[in-house]
Amino acid sequence: MTTAVESVVRRAPREAAFDPIFKALCFAAATMLLAALGGILVALTIGGWPALHRFGFSFFTVTTWNPVTDVYGAAGPIAGTIVTSVLALAMALPLAFGVSVFLVEFAPRAIRRPVAIAVELLAGIPSIVYGMWGLFVFAPFFAQHVQLPIAMAATPGSLLEKLTAGVPNGANIFTASVILAIMILPYMASVFRELMLTVPPQLRESAYGMGATAMEVVWQVLLPYVRKSAIGAVMLGLGRALGETMAVTFIIGNSHGLPKSLFDSGSTLASTIANEFAEATSDMHTSALIALGLVLFLITFAVLAMARALLGVQRTY
Amino acid sequence: MNDLSRETFDTHTVEIPSAEIKMQVKNLDFFYGKNRALHSVNLPIKANSVTAMIGPSGCGKSTLLRAMNRIYALYPGQRAKGEILLDGEDILDPKVDLTVLRTRVGMVFQKPTPFPMSIFDNVAFGLRMHEQLSRGEMKDRVEESLQRAALWDEVKDKLNTSGLGLSGGQQQRLCVARSIAVKPEVLLLDEPASALDPISTSKLEDTISELKSDYTIVIVTHNLQQAARIADYTAFMYLGKLIEFGETEGLFTKPRSTQTADYVTGRFG
Amino acid sequence: MASRRAALRKTSNVVFVIFCAATTIIALGVLAAILYSLLSQGVGGLNLDIFTKSTPAAGSPGGLANAIVGSLMICALAMLMAIVVGILAGTWLAEFGGDSFYAKVVRFLNDMLLSAPSILVGLVVYYFMVAHLIGHFSGYAGAVALALIAVPVVTRTTEDVLKLQPSSLRESGVALGAPVWITVRKIMWRAAMGGLVTGGLLAFARISGETAPLMFTALNNQFFSLDMSHPMANLPQVIFNFALTAYDDLRRLAWVGALLIAVAVLAAQIIARIIIREQRRS
Repeated sequence: MTTAVESVVRRAPREAAFDPIFKALCFAAATMLLAALGGILVALTIGGWPALHRFGFSFFTVTTWNPVTDVYGAAGPIAGTIVTSVLALAMALPLAFGVSVFLVEFAPRAIRRPVAIAVELLAGIPSIVYGMWGLFVFAPFFAQHVQLPIAMAATPGSLLEKLTAGVPNGANIFTASVILAIMILPYMASVFRELMLTVPPQLRESAYGMGATAMEVVWQVLLPYVRKSAIGAVMLGLGRALGETMAVTFIIGNSHGLPKSLFDSGSTLASTIANEFAEATSDMHTSALIALGLVLFLITFAVLAMARALLGVQRTY
Repeated sequence: MNDLSRETFDTHTVEIPSAEIKMQVKNLDFFYGKNRALHSVNLPIKANSVTAMIGPSGCGKSTLLRAMNRIYALYPGQRAKGEILLDGEDILDPKVDLTVLRTRVGMVFQKPTPFPMSIFDNVAFGLRMHEQLSRGEMKDRVEESLQRAALWDEVKDKLNTSGLGLSGGQQQRLCVARSIAVKPEVLLLDEPASALDPISTSKLEDTISELKSDYTIVIVTHNLQQAARIADYTAFMYLGKLIEFGETEGLFTKPRSTQTADYVTGRFG
Repeated sequence: MASRRAALRKTSNVVFVIFCAATTIIALGVLAAILYSLLSQGVGGLNLDIFTKSTPAAGSPGGLANAIVGSLMICALAMLMAIVVGILAGTWLAEFGGDSFYAKVVRFLNDMLLSAPSILVGLVVYYFMVAHLIGHFSGYAGAVALALIAVPVVTRTTEDVLKLQPSSLRESGVALGAPVWITVRKIMWRAAMGGLVTGGLLAFARISGETAPLMFTALNNQFFSLDMSHPMANLPQVIFNFALTAYDDLRRLAWVGALLIAVAVLAAQIIARIIIREQRRS
């Protein structure tokens, strides 16, 4: 037997008794997340059921939205949501790509980090700020300097006129898309930049070492390396655009039904809910709005799930 | 090399009188999920001595070490089969209280990991949990541990500063002080010097040699010269099997197994 | 031939560089324009009244005091709930859940909640709390809605930062016979403290600007009130309402409110960055 250690009194620490309670608390917290998401689905389904039951599949295809006669169809908001999000993405993507490449490859070293940090900080600006800017600055500007000139220049009956018909107040799906694009731009630029920084330096260096131009390195080495994650990032941006409320509500014009042109007012699922929920006139109206929420939930869930599958469990905030 | 996984063999080992055995590993198998990492290991650890475990990467020496304080219990897929006797009692028995076991068998890890608290609190950590001490007694025990870890002179004026502010070698000796504060019977060291520079390594080795008068020490090392310098006994492992065990000098100068000979002469590993 | 191809490559490269620079200038320019509007409109309306008087009707003098206090209270309560639940949940994922199927499900759903449209969260809290549980709008419901948005951020950062700690740190605690509760509290959480604080700050930045979740839960309150069990004034809602009016003075207040929120968000993010940088340095 060994030496002088027998005089030491050994007992299990008192706190050990708390262990099972602690583990249970942690588990309960994790389960709350599950419950939260489940609760969302349940609430939206139960709340939206009356409307879905009454209108059936036509809910998704009918464009009427009439609180007076209590007839509701989601086709207008659905179309508006998809159109604005896709347009926004189409506008934001090239810009975000260009910014991120610039920051990774071309910017002078001294300004790389400050500008990158600035972009990241801007990604956190609340959407209501963008909404306000859109409403007070961009919409009037757009009406004055884009809509009016085009309206005056377009010959009646031409394709241009058809595409741009609409009240020249700057509140239409196109301007809403622009604001949405500006909103998701900083975020997408940050994510792209981070993705490109994950490419091993040896890969870049060997490409440059073979005499490739910067453009070739970006297109043929960097992008393919991060292709899967990049697509995931795009889908993540799409997911965010789909659910965006405040940036859009101010400037989309909030009219029901399908927009008839690019410069016509419209609505999105989120903006409709935001505008009408507080003053919903009847139970069926409320239920229809909640049903819109269910549709929005399902669409974003699908997009976000795909984004996650592509991005892997990486940065998602 | 022979394909050891298929041939049966006997470990070349030496006898140690049972009165002098502190820990006895008996027929130990270890599994990571479905993979078997240790095959029927039988190893005696002599009390108040330094036993080194050497072998190439992946031979199972760290696995074996980590079985001795059951730290593997943190990871669900890992399990041990067999017996490890500490003073005759099997510590692999599920009824054993792990928190008490670990006060008897301490461990120092490869990467120095001081806790995010003051030097004093680092050393007092185990004491506060396991013993009821007055403030005066606590201070004495902390000083005693730091003295034995050869760190006291360097930190006595800054006990309240963060442990993270020390150099790598000092951090590792802090971890040693922390482990011996609760006066364990056995001290396990998992490649403790591999992250240290030569001077810190040498100081650490002196400390280890000093400690064996009061503790039983088992050290895993990939540095053969280190084993030759400080270990009384050495165990050579390969592919999860204990190939040879004996007094260090004998194992290095007159190894009885060809694998041992090849390893200590640098033919592989 | 070869030189033509080389010239083509060179030209396209130049075009590409110009493209990238141009997009950057456009992007930064637009964002600068927005900041300029925010500052010029908002700063002009800043005065002491903002912080001392409550929201007025059109034409009367007033400020944003009730909205500021209301927002602070709702956000504080939301953050409290989110931090408790989020840190525990993140700890579960990092320390206990591991790679189990349940953990994978929780992680997945957490990520879904992270990017879920915030208006839906408001809608759901309305359904459960306002419509069924309480019967009327309330600041508590608003806090719950914001908490639901903040929790995934805290959970995610907690899990990430705990997993970043070397496993030998946890093992060192366990090897000294520490029970799980002590290992987590005194060692893991303390070591990860910078990351945990950062997670809280990022979550705060996220919720302080959220309007939609409050629309159907806390609603709004024209007067100064500290009673969270009834509708409560909050900045985003005030901004939303005032911006849509036709009155200049109310619109001016809306800009001031937007400026305040933007400043709070930026401050939180900057502090979070400073903490990260300090940690990296040590």
